[in-house]
Amino acid sequence: MKVKVLSRNPDDYVRETKLDIQRVPRNYDPSLHPFEVPREYTRALNATKLERVFAKPFLASLDGHRDGVNCMAKHPKSLSTMLSGSCDGELKVWNLTKRECVRTLQAHEGFVRGMVVRFCGTSFFTVGDDKTIKQWKMETPGYGEEEEPLNTILGKSVFTSIDHHQKEGVFVTCGQQVDIWDEQRSSPIRSFSWGVDSFSCVRFNPVETELLASCASDRSIVLYDMREATPLKKVIMNMRSNTLCWNPMEAYNFTCSNEDYNLYTYDMRYLDKPFTVHMDHVSAVLDVDYSPTGKEFVSASFDKTIRIFPKDSGHSREVYHTKRMQHVISIKWSSDNKYILSASDEMNIRLWKANAAEKLGLVRQTVLFLSFTSSVRTSSNLQVPGIKSNVMKERWISEQCRMLTINR
Amino acid sequence: MCVKWTTVVPCCVFCLIQGGSDDERKHCKLLEAIKHCAPMTPSALIKTKKQLKNLQHNQSTLETPLTRKETERIQREVAFEKTSKEVSRWQSVVLQNQKAEQLVFPLNQEPSGPKRIEQVVAGWKAQTPLEQEIFSLLRMNKQPLHDPVLTPTEEASLRAMSLEEAKIRRAELQKARVLQSYYEAKAKRERKIKSKKYHRVQKKVMRKEYLKQFDEMVKTDPAAALEELKKMELSRMKERMSLKHQNSGKWAKSKAIMAKYDDGARKAMQKQLEVNKDLTLKLVIPADEDEEDEEESAETLPDFVNDAEHILDQVNPWMRGKLSTDPMVQEESNRLDPPVVRPRELGTPGEGRDDQEEDEEQMEETEEEALLRGFEERRKLQISDDNEEAVEISDDEEAVEISDDEAGLSKFTSLFHGLVNNHMEPPADQPKAGPGVGQGESPALLEEGLVRVRTLEDVELLSQDVSASDPAPLTTTQTPGTEETDTQSATQQADKKRKRKKMIDPNEVLTKEAKVIKMPLAPTAVEDVEGKEEQRVIIKEAFAGDDVISDFLKDKRKQEEAGRPKVIDLTLPGWGEWGGLGLQPSRSKRKRFRVKVAPPPPRQDQKLPNIIISEKRDSSIAAHQVCQLPFPFENPTQFERTIRSPVGRTWNTQNTVQKITAPKVVTQLGAIIEPIAREYLIKDNRQAVTGPSINLESDQGPQKKRRSQQKKKHKRKKN
Repeated sequence: MKVKVLSRNPDDYVRETKLDIQRVPRNYDPSLHPFEVPREYTRALNATKLERVFAKPFLASLDGHRDGVNCMAKHPKSLSTMLSGSCDGELKVWNLTKRECVRTLQAHEGFVRGMVVRFCGTSFFTVGDDKTIKQWKMETPGYGEEEEPLNTILGKSVFTSIDHHQKEGVFVTCGQQVDIWDEQRSSPIRSFSWGVDSFSCVRFNPVETELLASCASDRSIVLYDMREATPLKKVIMNMRSNTLCWNPMEAYNFTCSNEDYNLYTYDMRYLDKPFTVHMDHVSAVLDVDYSPTGKEFVSASFDKTIRIFPKDSGHSREVYHTKRMQHVISIKWSSDNKYILSASDEMNIRLWKANAAEKLGLVRQTVLFLSFTSSVRTSSNLQVPGIKSNVMKERWISEQCRMLTINR
Repeated sequence: MCVKWTTVVPCCVFCLIQGGSDDERKHCKLLEAIKHCAPMTPSALIKTKKQLKNLQHNQSTLETPLTRKETERIQREVAFEKTSKEVSRWQSVVLQNQKAEQLVFPLNQEPSGPKRIEQVVAGWKAQTPLEQEIFSLLRMNKQPLHDPVLTPTEEASLRAMSLEEAKIRRAELQKARVLQSYYEAKAKRERKIKSKKYHRVQKKVMRKEYLKQFDEMVKTDPAAALEELKKMELSRMKERMSLKHQNSGKWAKSKAIMAKYDDGARKAMQKQLEVNKDLTLKLVIPADEDEEDEEESAETLPDFVNDAEHILDQVNPWMRGKLSTDPMVQEESNRLDPPVVRPRELGTPGEGRDDQEEDEEQMEETEEEALLRGFEERRKLQISDDNEEAVEISDDEEAVEISDDEAGLSKFTSLFHGLVNNHMEPPADQPKAGPGVGQGESPALLEEGLVRVRTLEDVELLSQDVSASDPAPLTTTQTPGTEETDTQSATQQADKKRKRKKMIDPNEVLTKEAKVIKMPLAPTAVEDVEGKEEQRVIIKEAFAGDDVISDFLKDKRKQEEAGRPKVIDLTLPGWGEWGGLGLQPSRSKRKRFRVKVAPPPPRQDQKLPNIIISEKRDSSIAAHQVCQLPFPFENPTQFERTIRSPVGRTWNTQNTVQKITAPKVVTQLGAIIEPIAREYLIKDNRQAVTGPSINLESDQGPQKKRRSQQKKKHKRKKN
């Protein structure tokens, strides 16, 4: 015999605390609540507007460099640590929570072109205009000790970019060719070159760790496999790509920032055409970095703005800019997906929220925020002052393309 | 000396030219040849020279190796293919993450809650003597060391059966026990019943049941049936040996005394003897088991003679085959599908006759069945039963059938005519509308009036009928001579058809395509009957109810109608004058309050007969519409359904709102999110093998299903 017993979920009728409002059963009959669509629309609109009202993305500015900041590096193990290298060869290590520089060292003569922290976080590598690769300790040297690199490798030509393998003691540099180095050796274990040209950026795939991609100055993007003797594939675009970034959650997708104001997302298996073109910038895009969730990426442009794009959308969801920020050269998305760091021409590093309207605890500082309240119509209706109109952009691009065809 | 020189040189050359076993063999041969003819003969020399030449001719140059560029290209291609294949393994993971309702980062989070002791104390060792003693004791008694809850036996039992399984099992056992107790109680009660009649009836029922089982067994398991037969034989033997039913008992003797005066007693005695006879009758096991088994069973158990007879009927293949379908049902079904059968008969007269014949045959069959049924019933009433007789009767049947046939046919035809008349009634109205249509041959005129529209629709309906029934109308008009030779009814039908044809005409004139479509149908009519028949059936099947052109025209007209503004009547009856039942508001008033709306701008497709341009698009709404289907959705209806359902608290419960508005990506402040690791891929593959794939097309809302699946996955992870 089965006895049927009334059973209810107490969550439906019991308050969590005494201070909560009593739960009142409601009648959800749609006929009692008319104008469903208009009401919902108004609510959505209000929510969007409020989001704009509360959008205060700018958190802090880190100043201290005496020249334009050329490159940055995230620490893989510590969220609060960040490295930046400037155009005068100076390197600074920052503590982001305190927003202060904890260490300064003269790394190179001339530009610091690239830097990367080893996967374990104990040391980092820098490359500069003085044709050297230097490995440094992460720890600050004790009192009386001199700032000296652990290793210095003198190359034949200028290195423009460096990246480290995700798990092994292998790193890659690029300059006139793409070199793969073992940490223990002073000469590259492998060199790739495909035609004579210089490379501007090289990146390891964070998922399929043996894969590499590089941007060459002959307007091409070249893919490599560390285990193979030859490069894998090359795609030549209309204009030069400055940097590229692999999607950390999707092994075969990468996005490159191009001189023609656009970003292109490629599937590395089908390189004949990009599967998304991200437009909105009105000047050359200089750097790109993916959010660690792989859902969005942020781009830095010569037009003095930062834009955040959803990875499969053609237009940006957000644009950050301030009056004082000049050409943004380098950009990084923090590895907890909450912050964005931008390094720009005018010697400053800026800290932004990744979600402009998100509340991130107590922030007590005179924050220079943007008011978007004047344009609250929709979230896509963001006003960006003092930049070239689209018409001008089109004209410029067509001009460039024409020049290219003439030169060819 | 000279000879020696000659022998050496060819060998050397030989070796240089080619290597390998074949050459060695030749080499040996050569040497032998030389040995045999120590003083060198000129013939041998010539031979060797020839061989040499041959060898030199055979030599072909190796291919030059590919250039470095080309080899590199090939290498690159191979390498790229390899890596792209390797990378493609991530496809499923990526897709899954894209479709996921909510992603929580970092991905490889450890499950919250207390950890198992064995994980925590992985490196811990018993050190103090007390601890060591305790552990040795535990070990000796096979008690769990790390996991304090389960002993090995318990774990084994857990592994053997899951909780749910155990529950099911327990429920089954419980049920079985209850049933058993019920059954026992019932048996106990029945045993206590003293009524003899009750037990007799019981026994009879039992026997019947047994017989039924036996029949089944014969069909399904002949071996077991044989066993049963043997048992029966044994029981017969026992019966023969015993004095049962011999009328020698006390009861029989008393009855014998009574028999003189009591009819009942006499009958009872006779019955008793009969039983004895039946029970002791020898079983004959014939070669043809299938049919005789039942008879034997009937003989052994004579109580059920009537039933046996019934069984015999069942066995009779003659009866078995036909009576399966009830003739009434058949007729009903015939009546139900006249649109399929009838129009075909209306088609070409020649074929129509064929069809009719077919139908008649069908009817004959049904008649036969009816008769057979009657006979069967009659036979059930009869006590006598004989196979041969039955056959005779069936023979008789056929004799009767012929006479019955006609009656049935006439019945059928009358019924059919009635149906046809019903079907043709709408066309009977046609002549009134006919002239109108005849005049309105130009499409512009046709578009005007309400009446005309209705007739046109009718016409279209008709044309659909005709096109569905037969492609022959053209042929009938082309060869009127053949028609006349047919029966009267056929000509009548043809006449009707001709009328119809006239009505179709304007429709055909309307567009050029109509002609194009009808052209290929004409030659099919010329082909031989059987081929045409087949083709016709095929075409009919393929284009069942397909009249594209008229459908299109209908559609266009409908859209035009919908786009035309309607006259708004604002008259209020009884306002300013008397009102009531049967009182119409005055004409002037009606005129005054009828608002005429200005005609809309001319349609874009007004002068394009083959095109419908929709004018529904509203630019003000279009701003809010999507031009592309968002990612996870596969068809617009799915998307619309999701969009239509409200999100707010006013229309949904708290829980639903929370579920719907949950963020797509959840990240923790201060938690470093590593790039996706290879282990995830392996895990995913394992899940893909066990778990079902995501299915968006289910009727259930896509979100719910996915959510439940995610939950499942989550559970699995925890496990």
